[in-house]
Amino acid sequence: MTVEIRIPTALRSYTGSAARVSVGGETVEDALAELVDSFSELGRHLRDEQGKLRSFVNIYLNDEDIRTKQGEATALGDGDVLMIVPSIAGGNEAEAGSRS
Amino acid sequence: MSLRIVESALAAMHRFAVEGYPHEVCGILAGRREADGGEVCEVVPLLNERADSPQNRYKVGPLLLLSAEEDIEQRGLEIVGYYHSHPDHPSRYSDYDREHALPNMSYAIVSVMAGVVSDTASWRLSEDRTEMHAELIE
Repeated sequence: MTVEIRIPTALRSYTGSAARVSVGGETVEDALAELVDSFSELGRHLRDEQGKLRSFVNIYLNDEDIRTKQGEATALGDGDVLMIVPSIAGGNEAEAGSRS
Repeated sequence: MSLRIVESALAAMHRFAVEGYPHEVCGILAGRREADGGEVCEVVPLLNERADSPQNRYKVGPLLLLSAEEDIEQRGLEIVGYYHSHPDHPSRYSDYDREHALPNMSYAIVSVMAGVVSDTASWRLSEDRTEMHAELIE
């Protein structure tokens, strides 16, 4: 299958400024692997040291969050569009829930 | 790296941080991206979705962020980075900030002490994600 992956602004410096990249793959995991094979510096920002997608990395397949499907095992169809959509988060050094 | 923030945008960011105190506020830095930083001409406040711990955490989910960023880009501006406040904490980034940071973006942090803006700093994630480097605010 050939699918298009849309790249957010923050990550385009790793794809030669491309906002859209075409890759092959049978599943979301395959497509992301091919993306990282082509643009290796992207990998550390997409996945943590355990290989899991970072918490701020959200993947949408044709406008649907893959978490509501079969996650990275979700099968792809020819012409599908995958979007990498970041969320933002942060906060001070105190533990969440503490009053300080 | 340096970040130029026009006076009206800096004033708006400080006002939002004070109005939101003692909770963290957050939003987008919009303007022009440049090789050595960028220029912020507008700040766009966003809803902090961390209702469970708003005094020391912020989060904006992907769909709200995408929608806000598309609106900004349709107006001919670029996403330079993001801002948030640290109520009663310094403007230095936390490990939590670093772990959740996107590369190639400026992260402005406004320290608000006892309801008054104390100072503002801006940070960029290092390529290996192990630290954030301070960038000059002009």
